[in-house]
Amino acid sequence: MGNFLQYALTGLSAGSLYALVALGLVLIHRSARVLNFAHADVATLGTFAAFAVVSRGQSLWVALPLALATGATVATLFYFGAVVPAVRKGANPLGLVILTIGLALIIQGFTVWGWGAEPDRFPFPLSDSKVWQVGPVFVSELAVGTFVAAGVAGLLLYLLTQRTRLGLAMRATSENLPAAQTLGIPTRAVLAFSWGTAAALAVVAGVFLAPALLLDPFFMLDPMFKGLAAAVLGGLNSLPGAVLGSLVLGVAESLFGGYVALEFKSSLAFVLIVAVLLVRPEGLLGKEFQERV
Amino acid sequence: MGAGLLEVQHLALRFGGITALAGVDLSIAEGETLAVIGPNGSGKTSLMNCITGLYRPTAGSIRLRGESLLGLSPDAVTARGVARTFQNLRLFQHMTVLDNLLLGRHLHFRRRLVDAFVRRRGEEIRHRERCEEIIEFLDLEPWRDQRVVGCAYGVQKRVELGRALCTEPKLLLLDEPVSGLTAEEKEEVSYWIHEARGRFGVTVLLVEHDLRVAARLASRMVVMDRGEKLTEGPPAEVQKHPGVVRAYLGDQ
Repeated sequence: MGNFLQYALTGLSAGSLYALVALGLVLIHRSARVLNFAHADVATLGTFAAFAVVSRGQSLWVALPLALATGATVATLFYFGAVVPAVRKGANPLGLVILTIGLALIIQGFTVWGWGAEPDRFPFPLSDSKVWQVGPVFVSELAVGTFVAAGVAGLLLYLLTQRTRLGLAMRATSENLPAAQTLGIPTRAVLAFSWGTAAALAVVAGVFLAPALLLDPFFMLDPMFKGLAAAVLGGLNSLPGAVLGSLVLGVAESLFGGYVALEFKSSLAFVLIVAVLLVRPEGLLGKEFQERV
Repeated sequence: MGAGLLEVQHLALRFGGITALAGVDLSIAEGETLAVIGPNGSGKTSLMNCITGLYRPTAGSIRLRGESLLGLSPDAVTARGVARTFQNLRLFQHMTVLDNLLLGRHLHFRRRLVDAFVRRRGEEIRHRERCEEIIEFLDLEPWRDQRVVGCAYGVQKRVELGRALCTEPKLLLLDEPVSGLTAEEKEEVSYWIHEARGRFGVTVLLVEHDLRVAARLASRMVVMDRGEKLTEGPPAEVQKHPGVVRAYLGDQ
């Protein structure tokens, strides 16, 4: 029983990271109908920005806002500089996906050039070796921090989309673009804001994941694919679905690794996707937005 | 015609080899209701999409009170006082009727950064009042808190009309407002369109298939066929035009 709780808890912590990634993917997918394959690399770039600041002896409270701003700026620039012109020329969704892959490769090149491909240790105020015992289970300081950070980010996103006028405009834009435009909503600005917000969420994931691993230019790839799997699991257009899918995936993965086979822990994500797509193609919570033709 | 509210000149729109509009001239005076009729594919909706900025015309000019609308994004066109409804409804299906109407108020909220994040009570109440006025005007009261997706088609059509009115337009473009409605609903909608002119002071550009409704509401009609203007004039005259008879009934 102790083991089970321990695995579940570890899974929740991993799942909360996946959730941060998945939320950003869903946010962009449901507003721009694009799967953003540069998501991981934008997050990596933001994390490296934080790393640069922290390794100069500044506190995380300086580094974090800077990292968020870096990620958000890059994503917004990409939206205005590449997505908008491409859409204007009539690019289809597949073309836009290829564009994001291009951006991913550019950013990868840039991070390797700027920081080298050698793994670095990310100095962080929360440690994963400082551990508390709660009943039968152990939790590390870092795991708690990750969980709290993801919770706060998720809550802020919820308040933004459901409780603000900007959020209403975001929902309107993602549900029906032409209608939103003809109501006078500046949809381009709204979409740019969505791209920026999505990137910022991924950077939070990057900054909290880096101390648990070593920082190298490809460290976000695994959580990116897990986040994608979780987003599909939850239903690609549903924000609550993304959170649910991520937590389910995180826990399932951790239990599978603990009880069955550690080697195939990562494969489980994709077995789960196949299973879900067979039984419920729209995902766990994804019944929204069946577009009228 | 002197300075109308909307002046369209030599408007042309081509998609590759297809000519959707081939040099259309159109003028609407303030307070007027103008109906554009014509068979399927004659370019009526394309004309509307050009005016609202969804399509970029290949050539020609569009002026609202003398100011060119060409090259403006759809939201900028709306900001200048043009609202529209769509032939195949474009509502926010998963929001309530009231939220759909409130979105129509988007332009009139104060534009400051804080206001994007904080919903101010006073201001929201002011906008709510306008929405309630329109809800009452269009008899939408029973559906105000229901999600649009669950409403009947006729109700959805009304919500879209209401949402367009919420933006307080000077020029209202209606794309087949009575298509798919029952005879009774057609009567009601015609009445509302007529009333809206008096009550909200809008000028109406109506695209309509139903000749009877169009003739009843409009003081002037423009007939289009294959991207060109066939004729224009008072409804009674236009309906006798041999080209119109041919376009609607075919060669005899």
